[in-house]
Amino acid sequence: MPLAITLTVVGAAGWRQLYPSRRFPPNSSRLTNVRNVRTKFIAAAMIVALLAASCGADDAPPVGDATLTVFAAASLTAAFTELGDAFTAENPDAEVTVNFAGSSDLVAQITEGAPVDVFASADLANMAKLTDAGLDGDDPVVFATNLAEIIVEPGNPTGITGVADLADGDLVVVQCAPEVPCGSYAEQIFANAGVAVTPSSFEENVKAVVTKVVLGEADAGIVYRTDVIAAGDDADGVTIGDDVNVVAEYPIVSIADAPNPVGARAFVDFVLSPAGQEILAAFGFGSP
Amino acid sequence: MPVPALVLAIVAVAFFALPLVGLIWRAPWSNAWTYLTADTALTALRLSMVTSLCSTALSIVFGVPLAWLLARVDFPGRGAVRALCLLSMVLPPVVGGVALFFALGRRGLVGQYLDQWFGITLPFTTAGVVVAQTFVAMPFLVITVEAALRQLDPRLEDASRTLGASRWYTFRRVTLPAIRPALTAGAVLAWARALGEFGATITFAGNFPGTTQTMPLAVYLSLETNPEEAIVLALLMIAISFIVLVGLRDRWFGAVGRPAQVAA
Repeated sequence: MPLAITLTVVGAAGWRQLYPSRRFPPNSSRLTNVRNVRTKFIAAAMIVALLAASCGADDAPPVGDATLTVFAAASLTAAFTELGDAFTAENPDAEVTVNFAGSSDLVAQITEGAPVDVFASADLANMAKLTDAGLDGDDPVVFATNLAEIIVEPGNPTGITGVADLADGDLVVVQCAPEVPCGSYAEQIFANAGVAVTPSSFEENVKAVVTKVVLGEADAGIVYRTDVIAAGDDADGVTIGDDVNVVAEYPIVSIADAPNPVGARAFVDFVLSPAGQEILAAFGFGSP
Repeated sequence: MPVPALVLAIVAVAFFALPLVGLIWRAPWSNAWTYLTADTALTALRLSMVTSLCSTALSIVFGVPLAWLLARVDFPGRGAVRALCLLSMVLPPVVGGVALFFALGRRGLVGQYLDQWFGITLPFTTAGVVVAQTFVAMPFLVITVEAALRQLDPRLEDASRTLGASRWYTFRRVTLPAIRPALTAGAVLAWARALGEFGATITFAGNFPGTTQTMPLAVYLSLETNPEEAIVLALLMIAISFIVLVGLRDRWFGAVGRPAQVAA
């Protein structure tokens, strides 16, 4: 930036030297050649300087290793946003950025080399993909559990009482895609209950299922209990019997070769600490 | 060509070629045929072809009259109407999908009446896919055809009318042949855009194999489970698009700039 300003000022001063008056002598043979060459040079120098300044690194002093990148499952949106804020409150130098998406989506990005410090998955299968690829920094630890629940519109207008009701062909049921944790849990629940449910759509993450029901497009969806709680007045939940329900286990791990390994371990420890567990419990997660 | 400009042009070509080369480099050629003939791939491909062709047809049927209106008829607020019709070109596709939701969804502005009175629901159906694709693809056709209509000399049509031809005859035998290159180019652009549509489709129509899972959706989802399959499907889409674009060649570029030629 200072370089750009200097060059611009010098360029402008040079320009002024050449053309002290406002009116350029039109087509003056004496000056035309010189003017053309100098004009092009000055203009080019100014453009190159501005481009270099804007495309290069910014001139503010680097923040250092205090940024922390966390990839977390979509169902952890509210909880991990608050955990990030609480972590920053305890460690003022830290800056936590969390990316929420379906766990399978996140694993794909990490295996392709995304620079991540911590990964929190919504099931053990997707975490296994990470460990199989050798990308785990430590051993994954389960930090929370969750239960699946049927989400319906406020007031339960279609009168759903359990999983068996979802087999009704007239209902518009949505679930997550099978590779996303909540989708695989949904398939397990349907298998446990012995019902064949044909969903209208396979969504890419659990929040998309919540959105479809909240907006009234779908009659019901399989989501987590924490998502029903997070939806508040916009949706109601129908509990799934314990005999068919599955317990979702959420593991967390710091990534091997993370940009900020010290911060990564500190964040994982924070999530497992009583303070972190309290925050998770407040959002409806179960203890590990 | 001056060397600095040539260098920049070569960098630009490399910029476009590099992702394609990257895909080819990572493609699992030994398993490629298995993936291509798998159920998911064939279903998604057939659905993509059917929906994109339907969207293109709808775009032509509704887009050409719209282009005529914007090019030939002078009415107050024409600029605003044109901006409105071309809006979905600049809208992020997911935003378009969300907007379609609130208009044509089960609780949408118009959608709720469609549902209550006719029992028609668009989300989660193939028709919904076609609607979403048409929404994003039609502006490409409209903009191309409108430009051609503007450049078309109206005296050719006047001459036809004075010789006794009806309006429909004039349109069919004089106007359409004259704008044929632009119409072709616009239709291909619209088709390509409809084929590649992802955001609006997954938001509005959902994702179900056989009904709403088009090729882009299939590629996106298989990227999470089986990247090799995703690469093969992606290369298939690229190959199809490439063949179509190469097949058009000069007609592509001559479409809008050439002076109109009248069929004898």
